[in-house]
Amino acid sequence: MSPPEMPALREYLGPELKGRTISDACHDVSLTDILRSSCLIGRCRELSGRSVLIATSGQLLSALAMIELDGIARRMLLCPPDLDPDRIPALLADAAIDAIVTDRPLHRCDAAAHLIIGAGLPEQAAVGWKTERATEWLMLTSGTSGLPKIVGHTLEGLAGAIIAEGPARHPNATWATFYDIRRYGGLQIFLRAVIGGGSMVLSEPGETIADHVARLRAGRVTHISGTPSHWRKLLMSGAAANFSPRYVRLSGEIADQAVLDGLARVFPDASIGHAYASTEAGVGFTVDDGLEGFPADLIGRNRDGVEMKVLDGSLRIRSRRTAHAYIGAEAPPLVDAEGFVDTGDMVELRGERYHFVGRRGGIINIGGLKVHPEEVEAVINRHACVRMSRARSRRSPITGAVVVADVVLADCPDPGRREAIRMEILGRCKDSLAPYKVPAVIRFVERLDVTAAGKLARADA
Amino acid sequence: MSVRSRIFSAMQQIAEEQKVTLPPLRDDLPLPDTGFDSLAFAILVARLEDDLGIDPFTVAEQAPFPSTVGEFVRAYENVPA
Repeated sequence: MSPPEMPALREYLGPELKGRTISDACHDVSLTDILRSSCLIGRCRELSGRSVLIATSGQLLSALAMIELDGIARRMLLCPPDLDPDRIPALLADAAIDAIVTDRPLHRCDAAAHLIIGAGLPEQAAVGWKTERATEWLMLTSGTSGLPKIVGHTLEGLAGAIIAEGPARHPNATWATFYDIRRYGGLQIFLRAVIGGGSMVLSEPGETIADHVARLRAGRVTHISGTPSHWRKLLMSGAAANFSPRYVRLSGEIADQAVLDGLARVFPDASIGHAYASTEAGVGFTVDDGLEGFPADLIGRNRDGVEMKVLDGSLRIRSRRTAHAYIGAEAPPLVDAEGFVDTGDMVELRGERYHFVGRRGGIINIGGLKVHPEEVEAVINRHACVRMSRARSRRSPITGAVVVADVVLADCPDPGRREAIRMEILGRCKDSLAPYKVPAVIRFVERLDVTAAGKLARADA
Repeated sequence: MSVRSRIFSAMQQIAEEQKVTLPPLRDDLPLPDTGFDSLAFAILVARLEDDLGIDPFTVAEQAPFPSTVGEFVRAYENVPA
């Protein structure tokens, strides 16, 4: 048992700071009073030292369980909402899970082999937990390339960027995120709310953007985070008009200049930052100057314990914020011999700045020439009439593949303008991209799907 | 519009986009003499698939790629749409 190197989550909560809450669409729970009660039902004292799957139907109960069990359980595996139930038995085995906290019947695990503890609103008597250990935090990768993998973190690593900024960075914040907090990007925001002394408004699956924004306003949200796809959807909805956060954060996908400029127009009083983070590599850095990409001088030196280098075109990160391992019997190594995580995110130096160009696995091969869909999308998105776009590969009998683009137009202009817009987009692509990267076909579509992890769905990637 | 005229119209559009000067289109014009490179043909086939709903060259993998404009047009005319 390793002694905790930083306080457990519960130690950031207490009666001193009044009025702290965490809420979803149905419930509002006081964080100020949270230590006076328990959300766990049954033989919960037996969770001490166990490897626990947190498998609640909603985010709120998961949040309460994380607060209670950090520093108590040996490890906690956070179960995201979109997890394929058929995967659960393999995950239980890989993570050596021996207890499950849940609020619903479980069909795919053997109740006899696991301690099952119920979860509900915090209406039980407090257990009086005392921090015993540094709990290992296990999360799943979003599985955009293959099956999701389990990665292991510590609270110290997860909170590394938050601690480095210091609590004064975002005082009296009420945080929100379009993410689910059981994924890395959302968990960062939950931890910011708890560790930074703030409150939190959770997202709700299936909620319309207008209803969500109404809750964000009612909850007086000041700080909010999402992927560029989340933000494009918000910009498209027109629902942002009466919402004025102080801090707007993007992460999880490439923040191109178009979405940064769009957010700056809609939220003129907000500070806008885009962060680079991944489930494996942790939080790398945050850029606050409103420009896409990141300054080249972030590469090659140690800043706040984060070192980055570019090798074979991909960004590599070594820091105490990275996960320490993939978990499971046949888990591959997570870091190289020098301790760097290969993020698989490809970057390109242009002048004094590195720009993200795409994922290594997402490359389209046009007769031997490589195209990242994201670099094509970045050009298309710069057109004022475009809200979002997706470039993808279509097989071709001549070149093996061609690039085609699906484009969602903003505030659909009159149909007569569409051909002109198509030609303008093609013209811009020709001006800024090599000929083989210019989409062969541009289709206008009503909408583009976003995955449960908040990323543009790339079926062929 | 006939299949032939839709193909010619798509070729003229691509020629304009690619800054290619298209010679008068006749059936016996060899495809390389159109000035189209392989990328331009790939674009043409992709757009015709959207317009006509068929890609005759992927449907029949064994078929040789046509060598003249006339053969190219017939490949589309001979596939039931």
